[in-house]
Amino acid sequence: MRFTKDHEWVAVEGDIATVGITAYAAEQLGDVVFVEVPEVGKTVAQGEGLAVVESVKAASDVYAPVSGEVVEANAELGDAPETVNAVPEAGGWFAKLKLSNPAEVDALMDRDAYEAFLSTL
Amino acid sequence: MRYLPLTPEDRADMLGVIGAGSIDELFVDVPAVARRSEPVDLPHHAGEIEVERELLRLSRRNRSAAEGPFFVGAGAYRHHVPATVDHIIQRSEFLTSYTPYQPEIAQGTLQVLFEFQSQVAALTGMDVANASLYDGSTATAEAVMMAQRVTRKNKAVLSGGVHPQYVGAVETLAHAAGVATLRLPAAIDAEDAVIAAIDADTACVVVQTPNVFGTATDVTKIAEAAHAAGALLIVVTTEAVSYGLLKSPGAMGADIAVAEGQSIGNGLNFGGPYVGLFACKEKFVRQAPGRLCGETVDADGKRGFVLTLSTREQHIRRDKATSNICTNSGLCALAFSIHMSLLGEQGLRQLASLNHQKALATAKALAAIPGVEILTPRFFNEFAVRLPKDAAEVVETLAAHGVIAGVPYSRLEPGSGLDDVLLVATTETTLDTDITFFAKLLAGAVQ
Amino acid sequence: MSMNNVGRPTRPEASNDDAGFASLSGGRGLLQDEPLIFELGGWTKTGVDLPDAVPADSALAGLTRDEPIGLPGLSEPEAVRHYVRLSQKNHAIDLALYPLGSCTMKHNPRLNEKMARLPGLSDIHPLQPQSTVQGAIELMDRLAHWLKTLTGMPAVALSPKAGAHGELCGLLAIRAAHEAAGNGHRKTVLAPTSAHGTNPATAAFCGYTVVEIAQTDDGRVDLADLESKLGDHVAAIMVTNPNTCGLFERDVVEIARLTHAAGAYFYCDGANFNAIVGRVRPGDLGVDAMHINLHKTFSTPHGGGGPGAGPVVLSEALAPFAPTPWVVHDDSGYRLVEEAVGPAAQAFGRMSAFHGQMGMYVRAYAYMLSHGADGLRQVAEDAVLNANYVKARLSDLMSPAFPEGPCMHEALFDDAWLEDTGVTTLDFAKAMIDEGFHPMTMYFPLVVHGAMLIEPTETESKAELDRFIDALRLLAEAAKAGETGRFKNAPHLAPLKRLDETLAARKPKLKWKPVAPAPLAAE
Repeated sequence: MRFTKDHEWVAVEGDIATVGITAYAAEQLGDVVFVEVPEVGKTVAQGEGLAVVESVKAASDVYAPVSGEVVEANAELGDAPETVNAVPEAGGWFAKLKLSNPAEVDALMDRDAYEAFLSTL
Repeated sequence: MRYLPLTPEDRADMLGVIGAGSIDELFVDVPAVARRSEPVDLPHHAGEIEVERELLRLSRRNRSAAEGPFFVGAGAYRHHVPATVDHIIQRSEFLTSYTPYQPEIAQGTLQVLFEFQSQVAALTGMDVANASLYDGSTATAEAVMMAQRVTRKNKAVLSGGVHPQYVGAVETLAHAAGVATLRLPAAIDAEDAVIAAIDADTACVVVQTPNVFGTATDVTKIAEAAHAAGALLIVVTTEAVSYGLLKSPGAMGADIAVAEGQSIGNGLNFGGPYVGLFACKEKFVRQAPGRLCGETVDADGKRGFVLTLSTREQHIRRDKATSNICTNSGLCALAFSIHMSLLGEQGLRQLASLNHQKALATAKALAAIPGVEILTPRFFNEFAVRLPKDAAEVVETLAAHGVIAGVPYSRLEPGSGLDDVLLVATTETTLDTDITFFAKLLAGAVQ
Repeated sequence: MSMNNVGRPTRPEASNDDAGFASLSGGRGLLQDEPLIFELGGWTKTGVDLPDAVPADSALAGLTRDEPIGLPGLSEPEAVRHYVRLSQKNHAIDLALYPLGSCTMKHNPRLNEKMARLPGLSDIHPLQPQSTVQGAIELMDRLAHWLKTLTGMPAVALSPKAGAHGELCGLLAIRAAHEAAGNGHRKTVLAPTSAHGTNPATAAFCGYTVVEIAQTDDGRVDLADLESKLGDHVAAIMVTNPNTCGLFERDVVEIARLTHAAGAYFYCDGANFNAIVGRVRPGDLGVDAMHINLHKTFSTPHGGGGPGAGPVVLSEALAPFAPTPWVVHDDSGYRLVEEAVGPAAQAFGRMSAFHGQMGMYVRAYAYMLSHGADGLRQVAEDAVLNANYVKARLSDLMSPAFPEGPCMHEALFDDAWLEDTGVTTLDFAKAMIDEGFHPMTMYFPLVVHGAMLIEPTETESKAELDRFIDALRLLAEAAKAGETGRFKNAPHLAPLKRLDETLAARKPKLKWKPVAPAPLAAE
């Protein structure tokens, strides 16, 4: 699993990357009440808006940690946005992307680097 | 000054606590160029007696609807509002409270909004309704903007039956946001003509029923055509009482229903404040403008209400908000809701029937006048007539004799070539003698 | 003696501890739970008596409703009780100080309500012949005169229906002016981070991109940052003055000069006009357009969220682009120009149907006449005095966001003073409810951490201000003394405890739904 400074995570299997937000981000946002997941087929470049996650008082953009085409969105979040709080780095994933530039993944932080980054915040 | 509680002694004491030598020291940040040592050039303060005298002078220069026969509609209608309504809306706790941002001490306002939303959803036959917008015209404009967000297309088609001043409000907002509008030529009975104008770029079609000429239309086919092209159907209603008799927009396939709610609970007030009703299908609710009130529970598990889905709104989403609206029409929505509770289903249906019957009787009386032609084929409480003369002139002539005959269509849309068309509205407040007198005067005026 | 001892006890028994006392039926004395109208009402019940409709031939066959609507009815006594009981669950300015910063919750004179209900001003139709509403149009003309004189601006568009609608009107006039001058490429609006949310929302609606202007440490527009961001792409700046930190932009004349030098217009958000009305004319500061919230400065009631009115004063440069309608006056009387034709062709359109918020115009005009030029000036002075008094008396316990110099009509505190108490701004605000006050504006402006923005307005007496300040001081001391229980579950004494907003947002229930099968049709 790799991480960004905007608190997204990405887990790669073959050429498919699963994307979500980190446990730290889920904690900071408070109760997630709504997630706007992307449409399947949408193409995103690294750093572009991929999803929107809402708490009662705020809406936050989730950026694509890597470039690619959306091949699946987590439909479960529609009925159960609380999943993002419960299991942010597992069942609370947002979307699966077909990687268009796998090299981007290697440039992201590993868990140790992300933990070190968090300790600076 | 009766509204200012501080005494000169208070002011001196308070300046002392603050540590300022004079009030001017508190305005020290105002640039010298803008400091004024004297009051501006306007009259000085006045007591209640003087203020009443001045307002009464102005009010006496207006001919109020209650004074005699009155057939003016075209988007605002004179209905009887029960005395209870005005009593309740003047209660301090409703009149002088702010937007219910602190739900623990605003359950009165919040429960009313929840009931209002429920009533509006029922009337329009839609899944959800918001807590009100400014008025019917701005609600229509907001609906067009919402259709653009939902469909991501940039063209709105408006029928020739949409109130021209509503079209104006839509054009203002749509053009500001880069949405193209195509408004079909004014037509008394051609809501269906929008079907031919729908194309792949169309975000929404906007139709009105009853339309500005009073024509009621079943828009089911329009809904089908819009949906087939991936467009939304927006149904506009300017006379909310018609919901008591006619099929609801939801039953005819509307995606968004907007209306002017003034008819229920609110007076004419020379055009405002009114109350915009806004309802839509549930799947679009996150793109809806304005406040929404929702049910929840408090820490003890008791039922309560809060403003919800607020991330759509300007105070949170700022430049990505679904609308810039903040202040809405809360008190007018309260008036609407009280009147609707008093009416109930049975009262509303009866009120609607009564309105319709008055219009039928009026049309019958006018149709008997040689040279006068009823143009509206199917109407609720308002219809268009063709006169053998310029309608605006006829209205002035009858006004001089104490009858306010209606709205000349040319006032709403100059240059439309419909200078001989008069819009005539009736309500339950129309007396049989009003109708007789109107017909008699009109017969004389068009000879 | 006769020993007539049949009287009832006339003094209370020695008090036992009532903590945890609950009524048997669930309510709390006079404060009872109130069902929804859908639970109270009947499907065939009504609170109106209407004559029967005489059947006649109708052409509406096939267009009429055949399904039930689902509207409950209440008899008049039931309706009165329902709404009066609900009303008692609300806080209101008539009950106590309502210190919502940026909202100007001042006393709403009842004379204005009475005047707005004169039949000659309320029972008139926007489309009846203009010859029959000369008094109404004259009133609009008088109101316009007062607004222009108070602001020192040459023109006013009356029709916008609220502040945000006024902002839209102002920006559309600016856009039309740019387009008429061949400057349609200007698509950027500059606004400070501290702006009301309506500013960026409105700018975005007009197709403008919003760029934020930095703020100085003393809470004002950073001139250097403004200058660096101005340019040929900028259509306008939107600056609130006095600003949302409750401070006067002391460089406002220079802000206007820089803006005009860059070919842009100066839109002023006039939400805080109450601080300067009668004392400072925005026209003297170089403003091109400013909306005036009649429901703030000129006391028309907030009504639980509206209606309001947001007339926009305009400079000479923008006046030709004002929306229809407007009033003209000549020998034949007053006239509303409703269509943008002929000499009026530069008007950008109309904001809404009809002529604006007449009911609000009447109230605001009655308010202005009552105060006069002298009283309005006193309004500004007392509003500013009251805010500075609050600030002065709380500064030793709470931390003012901008301690240096006077504030205008509202006092802004941050939450630095709550550090390590375990009490947040929200907790503190909710605890105010238990003391009988409405919370202040919280977490706005966004530039101040844990912001608490207190606007007392001029209609508070010194005694009520002292009562308010004393309560806040007691609360502040309790917070610092570690009485977190008082705050964490506050309010304890409101009709309801804190509500679950997460539940409301996750599973939206936006209307009543029958729990039983749908009701049968009336009849």
